[in-house]
Amino acid sequence: MNNTNFFLISFLIILLMPIKSFGLIEVDITRGNLSPLPLAVSPLSIDEKSRINFKELLKKENIGLEISSIVENNLRTSGLFNPLNKDAFLQAPDIANLKPRFEDWNLIKAQALITGKVSFVDDKLRVEFRLWDVLAGKEMMALAFTTIPNNWRRVGHIITDKVYERLTGEKGYFDTRIIYVAEEGPKTKRIKKLAIMDQDGANNKFLTLGNELVLTPRFNPTSQMVTYLSYFRNLPRVYLLDIETGTQEVVGDFPGMTFAPRFSPNGKKIIMSFAKDGKSDIYTMDLENRIVERITNHPSIDTSPSYSPDGKYITFNSDRSGYQQIYIMKSDGGNVKRISFGNGIYGTPVWSPRGDLIAFTKLHKGKFYIGVMRTDGSGERLLTENFYQEAPSWSPNGRILIFYRETKTDSKGKGFTAKLWSIDLTGYNERMVKTPTDGSDPSWSSLLSN
Amino acid sequence: MNLRKILKNTFLVLIASLVLTACATQKKGAGQLQSDVYTGKDTVEYLASGVPDRVFFATNDTTLTTASRETLRKQAAWLRKNSDITIVLEGHADERGTREYNIAIGERRANSAKDYLLTYGISSDRISVLSYGKERPVDSGSNPLAWSKNRRSVSVKAN
Repeated sequence: MNNTNFFLISFLIILLMPIKSFGLIEVDITRGNLSPLPLAVSPLSIDEKSRINFKELLKKENIGLEISSIVENNLRTSGLFNPLNKDAFLQAPDIANLKPRFEDWNLIKAQALITGKVSFVDDKLRVEFRLWDVLAGKEMMALAFTTIPNNWRRVGHIITDKVYERLTGEKGYFDTRIIYVAEEGPKTKRIKKLAIMDQDGANNKFLTLGNELVLTPRFNPTSQMVTYLSYFRNLPRVYLLDIETGTQEVVGDFPGMTFAPRFSPNGKKIIMSFAKDGKSDIYTMDLENRIVERITNHPSIDTSPSYSPDGKYITFNSDRSGYQQIYIMKSDGGNVKRISFGNGIYGTPVWSPRGDLIAFTKLHKGKFYIGVMRTDGSGERLLTENFYQEAPSWSPNGRILIFYRETKTDSKGKGFTAKLWSIDLTGYNERMVKTPTDGSDPSWSSLLSN
Repeated sequence: MNLRKILKNTFLVLIASLVLTACATQKKGAGQLQSDVYTGKDTVEYLASGVPDRVFFATNDTTLTTASRETLRKQAAWLRKNSDITIVLEGHADERGTREYNIAIGERRANSAKDYLLTYGISSDRISVLSYGKERPVDSGSNPLAWSKNRRSVSVKAN
C-alpha cells in the first residue's frame, strides 16, 4: 500500500539490435521436461563507480550479481532450464557481454548464455542483457532497460520473461505477483490475513491485520484490484480492494452472504455466489454502473464461477445432480451443460487464460486431486494427488497451476499445516512455494509489464 | 516343517490381535456416530438447562435427523419462553470439501435448522443465518469422528 509507485514506474525498454535468427535453440514446454536445457547466467558486469552508488542506495554489495541470481533462480524453478554453476565459468562477465568465447561456454556444456551490464545513469538503473546461442555462436536477443533503482528485482523478472519467451515461444510469468491468505494459529482458531508477494516469494506484505476472517482473494486481470471474501462484523460479504491505495468497499447490496468472487476477463464485472434460504446462486455486478444481474436460478448450490477468457462462457460448480459437479453455461446463464462425468466429486473449476482447459479439484475415495479437462469435459488429466488440496489458480501463460495443500493432523489433532504449491500442466515440476507463514487460496496476477 | 508351523501360528495370533484392536477402535467411534452423524455430547453446549445448542449432519447432507429435530423443538420452546431473545444460526462443514462449496453447504445446514424453528412458530426476524464453511472446526482431528463433530449448525444467542 505504501508502495504506491510500484506500478506507476514505466520501464523504458529498448531493443538493442534487430533480431533475425532461425534454427536456434527452442525449448518445448508442452511435454514434461525431464532434461532441462543447460544454460549459463553470467553475472551482469558492473563498473566500480556504479557498484558503489547502488551499494549505498540498495544495500547490496554487487547489484549485477543480485539481478543475475534472480534470473538464475527463476529459470531453475521453471523446471525447463538448468542454470550451470558459476564457479565453472571461464570468461569474465564484462568480456563475455562484449563477445563470448563460445568454445569456453561449450566446454561446460552450456547451450545458451545470458550476459549483461548494469550501470548507474542519472540516478537510474540501466541494465542491458544479451541472450546467446552457444552452439550456433550467435546472439539471439539484446535488450536494455532503464528504471528506478528500487525496481531491481523486477528487472531480473523481466529479463527472465524475455529469455523464456525467446526460448519457448510463449509468454513468461515471472514479472507477476501472488495474492494469498496468510494463516497462523491453531486449526480451530486460525488467524487469516491477505498477503501479497512476488511470484518468487520476495517482497511479502500483509494487506490486512487479521482482525477478521478473510478468504479467496482474486486479482483483477487488468488492474491492481483484488476481490475477496471478508467476515467483517461477522457479515460475510464480497469486497473490492485497491492494493495501491488500500481502499476497500463492499460489492453490491445483497441481503445476505456473498462469496466465491472472481473478476470477468475485462475486469469490469465481479461474478460471485449469493446465498439465501439454503440456495446459492450466481450473480454478477458491473463495477461501472453497479447493475446486478442474476445468472443462475436453481434450488441447488451454484458456486465457484469462472469466466472463459473471451467472456462468453462461465464454468461453475453445482450440486444440482445430487453431488458437486462442473458445469458450463453461456455468460447470460443460458445453455447449462454438465461437463464432469468421472468418478468422484468435482469442485473449483477455473478456466485457463489460454481458453482450452478447465482446472479443477476432485475428491475421489478420500483423496484430493488437482486436474485439468477440456472445456467439453473430455481429456481429464489428474496432475497431483494428496490428502487435501484444492483451489488451483493459473499462471498468466496458462502453463502452471498454483494451489494450496493441507496436512492431516495426528491422533491428538496436531500437525496441521497449509502451504502453497505449484505444478506444471505436464504434471512435472511440483514445488512448494515458500511463504513466511502458512498460506492458502493463492491467486496469480497477470504480467505486470506487458 | 516345525518352524513353518510356528510361523503360521504366530501369524494367526497376529491377525487375531489386529482384528481385536480394529474392533476396539471402531467401537469407540461407533458409540458417537450413527450412520455418519455425530450423536455424542463432547462438544455440545447448552442455551439453557436441557436445551442443547447444536445439531449435526451427515457428510454432504443438510437434512435434519430425528435427534436434531428433537434438539430444535427444545430450542423452539426455549425461544417461545424467552421472546426477547434473538439467535444466529451458524452453519459449518468438515474439512473434506472445497472451501467455497463448504460455505454454501454451511449456509444450507443453518437454514435447515431455521426452517424447522419457523414451523414451530418462531418469527424469522428473531433468527439470522451465518455460514463459516470449514473455517471454524471444533475438533482439529483428521478422522471421521472429528469431521462429524464439525458438520453442525449451532444456535448462538445474539443479544
